Amino acid sequence: MVEKIRSPAELEKLRSEIIARRDPKKRIITACASTGCSALGARKVIESLKEEVKKRGLVGQVGVKEDEVEVKETGCLGFCELGPRVIVYPEEVPYFRVKPEDTPEIVSETVVKGKIVERLLYADPTTGEKARKLEDIPFYKHQLRLLLKNNALIDPKKVEDYIALGGYGALSKVLFQMAPEQVIEEIKKSNLRGRGGGGFPTGRKWETTRNAPGEPKYVLVNCDEGDPGAFMDRALMEGNPHSVLEGLMIGSYAMGANEGFIYVREEYPLTVENITTAIKQAEDCGLLGGNIMGSGFNFRVNVHRGAGAFVSGESSALMAAIEGEVGEPRPKYIHMAVKGLWEKPSCLNNVETWANVPLIILNGAGWFRDMGTKNSSGTKIFSLVGKVNNTGLVEVLMGITLRDLIFKIGGGIRGGKRFKAVQTGGPSGGFIPEKYLDLHIDFDELTKVGSMMGSGGVIVMDEDTCIVDVTRYYVDFLSKESCGKCVPCREGLRQILNIFKRICSGLGEEGDFENLEDLSELLKEASLCALGTTATNPVVTSLTHFRGEYEAHIREKRCPAKVCRALVAYYIQPEKCQACMKCSRSCPVDAIIGDKDTIHVIDQEKCIRCGACYEECQFNAIEKISPPTPPPPRRGIKVIRKKKRE
Amino acid sequence: MVREISLKIDGKEIKAREGMTILQAAKAKGIEIPTLCYDEQLKPYGACRLCTVEIVKEGRRRMVVSCVYPAEEGLEVEANNEKVRKIRRLILELLLPLLPPPSDTVTGPIETLAEKYGVKKSRFKAELTNCTLCGHCVRYCTEVKKANAICFIGRGTERQIAFVPELAPNHCLACRECFSLCPTSKMVDSVEGIRGVCSLSIPISEKIKGK
Repeated sequence: MVEKIRSPAELEKLRSEIIARRDPKKRIITACASTGCSALGARKVIESLKEEVKKRGLVGQVGVKEDEVEVKETGCLGFCELGPRVIVYPEEVPYFRVKPEDTPEIVSETVVKGKIVERLLYADPTTGEKARKLEDIPFYKHQLRLLLKNNALIDPKKVEDYIALGGYGALSKVLFQMAPEQVIEEIKKSNLRGRGGGGFPTGRKWETTRNAPGEPKYVLVNCDEGDPGAFMDRALMEGNPHSVLEGLMIGSYAMGANEGFIYVREEYPLTVENITTAIKQAEDCGLLGGNIMGSGFNFRVNVHRGAGAFVSGESSALMAAIEGEVGEPRPKYIHMAVKGLWEKPSCLNNVETWANVPLIILNGAGWFRDMGTKNSSGTKIFSLVGKVNNTGLVEVLMGITLRDLIFKIGGGIRGGKRFKAVQTGGPSGGFIPEKYLDLHIDFDELTKVGSMMGSGGVIVMDEDTCIVDVTRYYVDFLSKESCGKCVPCREGLRQILNIFKRICSGLGEEGDFENLEDLSELLKEASLCALGTTATNPVVTSLTHFRGEYEAHIREKRCPAKVCRALVAYYIQPEKCQACMKCSRSCPVDAIIGDKDTIHVIDQEKCIRCGACYEECQFNAIEKISPPTPPPPRRGIKVIRKKKRE
Repeated sequence: MVREISLKIDGKEIKAREGMTILQAAKAKGIEIPTLCYDEQLKPYGACRLCTVEIVKEGRRRMVVSCVYPAEEGLEVEANNEKVRKIRRLILELLLPLLPPPSDTVTGPIETLAEKYGVKKSRFKAELTNCTLCGHCVRYCTEVKKANAICFIGRGTERQIAFVPELAPNHCLACRECFSLCPTSKMVDSVEGIRGVCSLSIPISEKIKGK
């Protein structure tokens, strides 16, 4: 057990001791133990790596002993679809899609002989070129990883790892060399804006809380990340919990708070585990708790597990939940920074915002401000998902264009399809069409085109996506995740969803345009909280940029992307059908009529449009059509014209 | 010492006590702002949004609910402009589908307001729940009676009102004070009336007897 640190000098001493103990040439195998890779079997890979190393060590082959090789469990590097990920140091050879069977080879070749196992490297899908370093992979090459960088090097369950990389140096600097006002001034100068969605200047928020009357004051971390497909906060909290904790403590010192809350959603068990461990370890070594580092500053932090409500990410709802009330927004016109948790001044920032703080303190406000765009400094972590070749977490400089994000980092659209739209900011973000692909991503630019930064979700859609259908999905999501308290949000979303259900089933009416517009306006103007005021962003932006698609659904009863079930039909092209019976066997409702040597016909009355036959047909004889009016089956049963099978 | 402040509502200069909401200040001077979920005995709830007004502050316009927003010195309030009226009309159009068609003899506050704002018929699909989830019953039971026998369950469009099975049998039959607060007039204060629909469409009497 580490002794309690009683001064900055002792922290530095501990740091140099940890570093001195480490042999830079030591072979370290790091493996991602985060949620994504674990789901893909990382646990088994890690166990088998450890086993393998132990076995080798016992044999004592080629001079590599057990204690000379370390298997380290680290956080997420973002390229989750290629997990489990393993990197061998000091060469930094990255391996992807590692299976337990691969571990003997990794140990015997790379660890022992320093040879690369080619087949486990990342291969560029177009050139086939293998990547021997992380930076050689296009997905990583165009990123700037300030916050996520250390996820590769740190075992989140070991505070030493964080300290070795300079951890808690910013806290030490703040506690012993800076007055609270100076800290706030520094954050203000850095131009840091809230990463949780609103983009409010962090320094100004801190100042408000500091100056607000009332004691005690509270600081809070919002890790209630509920957007479908988003996991940036999880990756940070899971992979580098101490960075969030350090940021939180710096903030608490600056604002004069002595107690903090970390609101983590219950659906993130590993996050809860890692942050709880981190708190315990920081306390054990005197970096958290009473008289931190001998400075006289006290800080206590509690982990609050959310009960699984999307709306609890809203600030007043989050605080209500911590107080033990139902997690729903309260009608208030006073900022939480002034009157929040238990009516006391409370500063709530997102995980990523807090994690930026130690970096700003160590490197200076100027360093941070000069990165990114004029109004949005620093980097931003995005969760890039959807129909792109490379999906995962990416950290980029603010101001990168959507095109670079999607095509350079994301590797373009899957299957060579055409880009249709990108939706940023989670379920309440807007759709951005192709004409804005060169937009420079920052808080204000995204707002200008009707979308938002949100917490950083980026969902890419291709030509096969029906915008009307996706909008319906978001409205459905929000209508269920709204708290249901205020009339515009609850009843408005209910009626909007009704309208979308009708449109998607071919019952759209001309008046729907006006009704959707009126309701969208109402939600924006009159809802109680931000969930309601932003809920119709997808509706408004899709109506603006993809009106034609709505018109096709409403006027022509046609779904151009052939997604909406009621508006498509499957049709067997007689000239292509080989009467193989495969489709009829796959049909769950026996809707395909046909025998051997007889061309098959789909009974449209019976067909439930499940698409099973479409998937099954090897001759591409089945086509999807919209509007669903296939030519009537020819009378009498045709004999097939058999093609030459050579 | 309560300070007196002055603000403007619909161009009229009015005086109010500090700590009052816009709605209270307006009511005190006889300026009408429609409400549904507001009740003097209860904490402001801000859910029906009918009392939405537009305020002008430091040159910036903003829609706020007057039952929560504090009356501030120098504040300009437009309590009945076209934008505000449009919001109210649309809210009423969203509330009407929750109620049975106005063939009944009973005309509740929603129907009266709808008539006043010229909403003859809602263009939206009927969602007959008989309940606007204004929460009068729940809040009265919690805040005034402190019995906590009624609560909200579910969220979003699935939000409902429910009687707490462990508590309702002990309180509800003898109390029934929430019935008269219900704006849809569907909780009627008579034993037979209980068989009328409550918000959950479950006859309360049965629910209570069943225990």
